[in-house]
Amino acid sequence: MTASLAVRGGRVIDPANGLDAVADVLIEDGRVAGVGRDAGKDAVDSIDASGLVVCPGFVDIHTHLRQPGFEHKETIASGTLAAARGGFTTVCAMPNTEPAADSAAAIEFVLRTAQAEGAVRVLPIGCVTKGRAGKELAELAELAEAGAVAFSDDGSPVFDPHLMRRALEYASMLGLPVIDHCEDAALAAGGVMHEGWVAARLGLRGAPAAAEEAMVARDIALAELTGSRVHIAHVSTAGSVELIRAAKARGVPVSAEVTPHHLTLTHEAVLTGPGEAPGGLAYDTNAKVNPPLRTPEDAAACLAGLLDGTIDCVATDHAPHAIEDKLCEFDDAAFGISGLETAFALVHDAVGAHGRAPLPLPTLIEKLTVAPGRALRLGSGQALGLDRRIEGLGTLSPGAPGDVALIDPKAEWTVEPERFASKGRNTPLAGRTLRGRVVATLYGGKAVFDSTRGRP
Amino acid sequence: MREERSAAAGGAVALDVKWAWTRRHVLDLDDFSRPEIDAVMETTDAMKEVLAREVPRVPALRGKTIVTLFYEASTRTRASFELAAKALGADVINIAASGSSVQKGESLYDTVRTLQAVGAQMLVMRHGSSGAPYLVARHVEMNVVNAGDGWHAHPTQGLLDIYTMRSHLGDLRGKRVVIVGDIAHSRVARSNIWGLTALGADVAVCAPPTLLPFGMRPGEAPAEEPLALPRVTVETDLDRAVEGADVVMALRLQLERMTSGLLPSLREYARLYQVNEERLARARTGALVMHPGPMNEGVEISPAVARSLQSTIEEQVTNGVAVRMAVLYLLARGKA
Repeated sequence: MTASLAVRGGRVIDPANGLDAVADVLIEDGRVAGVGRDAGKDAVDSIDASGLVVCPGFVDIHTHLRQPGFEHKETIASGTLAAARGGFTTVCAMPNTEPAADSAAAIEFVLRTAQAEGAVRVLPIGCVTKGRAGKELAELAELAEAGAVAFSDDGSPVFDPHLMRRALEYASMLGLPVIDHCEDAALAAGGVMHEGWVAARLGLRGAPAAAEEAMVARDIALAELTGSRVHIAHVSTAGSVELIRAAKARGVPVSAEVTPHHLTLTHEAVLTGPGEAPGGLAYDTNAKVNPPLRTPEDAAACLAGLLDGTIDCVATDHAPHAIEDKLCEFDDAAFGISGLETAFALVHDAVGAHGRAPLPLPTLIEKLTVAPGRALRLGSGQALGLDRRIEGLGTLSPGAPGDVALIDPKAEWTVEPERFASKGRNTPLAGRTLRGRVVATLYGGKAVFDSTRGRP
Repeated sequence: MREERSAAAGGAVALDVKWAWTRRHVLDLDDFSRPEIDAVMETTDAMKEVLAREVPRVPALRGKTIVTLFYEASTRTRASFELAAKALGADVINIAASGSSVQKGESLYDTVRTLQAVGAQMLVMRHGSSGAPYLVARHVEMNVVNAGDGWHAHPTQGLLDIYTMRSHLGDLRGKRVVIVGDIAHSRVARSNIWGLTALGADVAVCAPPTLLPFGMRPGEAPAEEPLALPRVTVETDLDRAVEGADVVMALRLQLERMTSGLLPSLREYARLYQVNEERLARARTGALVMHPGPMNEGVEISPAVARSLQSTIEEQVTNGVAVRMAVLYLLARGKA
C-alpha cells in the first residue's frame, strides 16, 4: 500500500517551477507525487496548510554540526533538529571538526551518524588540506568517493595561493567546487570585529573589509586561471560583491553565498546588543562572528547582490557554541552565530516583504531552496562513476524528495535562545520579535518538526 | 578612635557633597555629564583636604571590602587605588592575575562571582581586553571601577587629568588640549577625549596615521553619529598641532609598536613626535605638559620638558589618589 500525505490548501511557492498558487502538495512514498488544486484529495493523511506558505524544504550549504569533537557545542542530532525547526531539510556539514573531515573515515562517520540520528539530510563537506593546516592537499578523490559534496577549510582560508590553485585544478576533475573562507589573516591582523567607527569607539581590534576582498580577488583570479569552480563563503562586504559581480560578468566560474546576519545586521550590534547594558556598551559577544558584521552600506550591497544574482544564495553559517565560549571577554569569545532556527524569519522580517527593503517572499524562498543546490551543483553531478544525483533537490517537482517547509509569514514570535533545539544559544537576536515563522517541516514525507497540530 | 575623631573634626566640610549621584559603576567617561564631572572635582577637593591632614584618613568606607583585580601589571594605578581605599577606611584585597586561580584557567566570570560571594562590595579592575569591566558589571552586584581596559577606557586617569588641568586653567571651555602619540592603542586618550569634550575643551590628537584608530579621521564615521567617538581635530604634524595649545599631553609609546610595523624606528618617532622644548615654545606661554606615565624619556618626551616647571606629571600622580578616593566615595555613598 502506498503511504500518501497531502499538504492541503496552502500558498505553494516552488521557485524552480515558477509556481506561486494555492494548491495541494501530494507526497507518496517519501517523494513529491504532484502539486495541484485537488492533488491531495485522495491522500491517506493530510495537513491543513490554509493560510500558510508551502515550499520546498530549505537547503543550507554552510552548517557547522561540530560532531565529532565538539559535542558540547552541537551534535549531528541536535543540529539537524535545529535545521528542521528552521525549515531546513538538507544541510552541508563543514569539516572543521576534531578530527577534521579530511579522510574517508571522517566523511563516512558523518553520513552514518546522520543516517542513524539525524532529523534531516546531511551532506558532508571535506577538507581541502590535511588537517585544515593549509600545507598539503587532502585526498580529495577519496573524500568524494566517501560522499563529500564540496571541499573547504572553512574557518580558515586556503592561505597559500599556489596550493589553492592546485586544489581548484584537482577538484575540477571530481566535478566538485572548493568553498573558500576569504580572509587574509595577515591583513585581518587578529581583528575581532569590523574595522570601523564602532571598533574605534570600543577599543577593539578591527579587521578591515580589504582583508576579505583581497582574498576574494585572489580566488577569482585563480578560478579564471584554472577554469575551476570556486564558491565564496559568507560574503560580507560591498567590495566583495562588486568583485564577484564583475567576475561573473566576464564568465568566471564563481558562486557566492551570504548569511542572514550579514544581510540584516551591522557592526553596531556589537555596541548596542539586546537590552540594557551597563555603561550603555554591550560588547555583545553573540554578535562576534567571522567575517564580522559590517556597515549598513555593506549589508545593503549584499542584499543588492542577492537580488541581482551576483550572490547565488543564502547560507546560514550556523556556528553553535557553548555558553562559556561566549560568556567571556570579547577578545577571547568564539566567533559564530547559531543561525538555523532564525534564518528565514530574520531575513523575512528585516529585508522581506515587511522589512525596510523589498526581497519578495518567492525570491527569498528561491535563495533558500533551489539556489543553494545550484550554486554547489548539489545532487546533479556524477563523479568517479558515482551517482550522486538527488533528483529535484530544493524543488517540488514530481519525484523530488518529499521535503517541505510550512511557513506562517504573518506569525510574530520572539526569539528565545533557551528554547532552541540547537545546543548553541549564541544569537544576537535574543528577545527580538520577528515576523514570519516556520511552523512545520517534512523530510522525506515525514514531519520532523510540527507546531501546527494541537499539543498533546 | 583617632581616625573617627579626625573625621568628625573635618568630616562636615570634607564630605558634604550635594550632587545627585546615581551611578553604580565607573566604566568610562563617555556617559559622564558636566555636573557629574563637577561632582567628582568638588569631592576631589575635599579628599585633597583629607590627605593634607596629619592623619590622612576618614572612615567613610569603613567596613567595606574593596578588591583590586589586575590582569595587567601596574604600579601607579594599583597603588593609587589601594591608598585611596585605605584612606577611606576600607579593607583592601589586591589580586594580581598571576599566582591566583586566574592562572589556573578560571574564567573572568567565575573569578568575579567568587569575589562577590566572599563579600567584596567594590571591584577595581584592570584588564587587557577592552570591554572586560562591562562584562563584569553585567553579572555582579558589586560596584565596578574600570582601572583600564585594553585600548578602551581609563576613566580615573581621565578624571585626574581633568582635575589637574582645571586646577591650573580653571574652566576648560575653549581650552586647546593636544594629545600626542599612540592614540589608536590608548585608553587614556579615549577617556580624556570623552571627558574633555563634555567640558567644552577643544581637543586635538596628533599621531602618524598608523597610530590613529580607523574611524577617527573625518569621513571614517557617519556624520553626527551619536555613538561614535566625539569629533576631534586630527593632525599628523606636531609643530602645527601644538600651535597655541593650553595643554600638551604626551602618551607612552609601547615599544612593541616598532616590531609590528607601525613605526620605522624610535629615532624617527622621536624626531617627528617628541614633545621637546622647541616644540613646546609654539604652545601658549606656560602651557601644561602632561603624561600619564610611565614615561619613555627621550622618546615621546624630552627629559628637560618632563622636568620643567610646565610639567604636571608628578602632580597628576598625587591628584590620582584624591580623585580615586572621590570616585570610591561617591560610588559607596550612592549605593547606600
